[in-house]
Amino acid sequence: MTAVDLDTTKLDADALFRRKRLIGFGIPAVIFAYLVYIFFAFDISGLAGRANWDNAVTLASDSWSHKVHVTRDNRSGEVSYTVEGERKGTYPDGQRPDWVTGDEVITIDLGAGHIVRYLPDNRTEIDIPGYPLIEVQAQGRSLASSLPDDLPDWISASNRRIGITTPEGRITLTGARTEVFNYFPGWELFWFTLDSPYHGQGLGTILFGEQLDPARGNIEGAISDWWNNAMWRHKDVAWAIGETILMAFLGTMGAAIIALPLAFLAARKFTPITLLRATTRRLFDFVRGVDALIWTVVLARAFGPGPLTGALAILITDTGTFGKIFSEALENVDQKQIEGVASTGAKPLQRYRFGVIPQVVPVLLAQILYFLESNTRSATIIGAITGGGIGLMLTQAIQTQKDWEEVAYYIVLIVAMVMFMDWISGWLRGKLIGRKD
Amino acid sequence: MAEISLGGAPQSVDSIQSSYMAQVQRRRLYSGLTLLIFVVLMASGFTVADDRNAGGFWEGLHQIGDYPADVLSEAWEKRADLPGLIAKYFPALVETINIAAVSTLIGAVGGLFLSLLGTRGLAKWPRFITVFRRISDIMRAVPEIVIALVLIFVLGGGPVPAMIAIAIHTAGALGKMFSEVAENADLKPVEGLASTGATWSQKMLLGVLPQVAPNYISYALLRFEINIRASAILGFVGAGGLGYELRNAMAWGPGRFDEAAAIFILLFGTIVVFDQVSSRYRNRLTGGHAQ
Repeated sequence: MTAVDLDTTKLDADALFRRKRLIGFGIPAVIFAYLVYIFFAFDISGLAGRANWDNAVTLASDSWSHKVHVTRDNRSGEVSYTVEGERKGTYPDGQRPDWVTGDEVITIDLGAGHIVRYLPDNRTEIDIPGYPLIEVQAQGRSLASSLPDDLPDWISASNRRIGITTPEGRITLTGARTEVFNYFPGWELFWFTLDSPYHGQGLGTILFGEQLDPARGNIEGAISDWWNNAMWRHKDVAWAIGETILMAFLGTMGAAIIALPLAFLAARKFTPITLLRATTRRLFDFVRGVDALIWTVVLARAFGPGPLTGALAILITDTGTFGKIFSEALENVDQKQIEGVASTGAKPLQRYRFGVIPQVVPVLLAQILYFLESNTRSATIIGAITGGGIGLMLTQAIQTQKDWEEVAYYIVLIVAMVMFMDWISGWLRGKLIGRKD
Repeated sequence: MAEISLGGAPQSVDSIQSSYMAQVQRRRLYSGLTLLIFVVLMASGFTVADDRNAGGFWEGLHQIGDYPADVLSEAWEKRADLPGLIAKYFPALVETINIAAVSTLIGAVGGLFLSLLGTRGLAKWPRFITVFRRISDIMRAVPEIVIALVLIFVLGGGPVPAMIAIAIHTAGALGKMFSEVAENADLKPVEGLASTGATWSQKMLLGVLPQVAPNYISYALLRFEINIRASAILGFVGAGGLGYELRNAMAWGPGRFDEAAAIFILLFGTIVVFDQVSSRYRNRLTGGHAQ
């Protein structure tokens, strides 16, 4: 090699390195600049101000705990005990939690020396260790209390409403009612509501113990009471999950059934007519591009809310996706097998059945099963929009903003459902295609 | 059929044929049964879904066209306003795309780490491979709407909850796809780098990433397409962007159908454009010879 040759090669190499270096630094710089733009576009710095940390605390603590309300109606003087303040969770007459004692004076022991006493004539005494005894008298719509003007930050008081938050529980007082909230870990009444004879009974007693309800056998009664639990609505939840899976199943399989014949029309090998092929492809692009969101909105107008609407929205969108994938798979089939089948005198339909389908079935099945799992997630979201399935129940539970333990329950169920569908689609794939991955 | 010996008596040809026919018949029976079960499942599933729907399938079928026709005819009447409306909703579209882009970026980085830490032969802590795989399984299993709704409650409406929700799901989904690619990566460069005393991050950056980058970028682009759709849908439950505007426009009902039409056009156009562009690039990245 001459010196001239080496010079040009070196120049080329230098230019190449310069370009590589430019790309190496340029791409991160562009990404960084984009993230800076996003920082301002999404107003990340203002996020802390907008965030409601009280909500986060409520959410975090409520999702694994429950509270029992002890409420005195100051007009009638009646005291009621309810789990989560819901009518369905009310203690039956004559029953109450064991941390409440007394008849004339009702003493509520919140634990760690925090004691609230409901005295006659709508008076209340609150005894908190390390703080002077608080006395409150409710008169009509206003309150008179022994609280000083200078209050710690865990007490908020006006002459209409007093709120006290302690680590052991919360107390709110208004003219109309006095309420104490006592917090406990766990999901209360998950198995049986308070009106069920099986509430508070151990598993052993239910399975082997004496008959608790004279009208029904223990196991049968317990299952029926659990299934119809008004608080946790196990029956509705099971139906909702079934609806969500049904949407995914009907949508995916229906789309596959419709897309397969259409895919033949879109594949160059099987449809020599360009116009027909192009039309089918544009149709696939169109239904895919319109997206499940718009299909859901449009179909909900025609069919009303429910699982069928969701299934059809998935079906239409995925017909486009499957059509595209299937036609690509059909383009790649081996012509030799088809010729072999044709040489035996097979008619076109038989050629497709025995020459083409066996080649593409593994690809098709793998895709269909993958979409079945992914559509379970889509069905959850579509259900929240169109009104069906577990997605709707989750949205409603979050919007009421009080049943966070139910929200946590639904989230656990949704994740379990998706993982189950993932597992089942992987298992079926292994069984049908014989290749495990 | 390997176990059948050749050259037997003519009688054995008969037995071969009869056993073959029996086998074929059994297989036909099984596939017939599978098909039957499938058809029954589809039919009964359809009936159940139809029963639990507010409106029936057959009553609704002829109404499918009504709503699009209403929207289109109203949009056509007010077609002079459409460009203005499209301009009005363009910022919302930008927000939707931004949500998808940022969450794909963050999710891809998360998925990269999850995949490298969860692949045999590449993991920094081989003992925790299963842990990282389970983490990515769980992140993948959580539908975006779950995280989005919870975060909307805490952080208030807007793009950030949607971004975080989609990013988490993307990290899990890409983590799985990335690790399938990384499993097939050639380990020789890694060993070579290890012999020079390279640290784990150097081995990954110089030995593995150059091998897997085309596939990784192609998967990330595919995810970006999916995330644009997801970010539009999440807007519908209150997470900002085009979906949120669509819900508002829908709530107004007739008389404001032109706004809904403008949003439909924007969303449709965006999805089609990004699908085409990304599938073009993906073909170039994975095909290699198209350049």
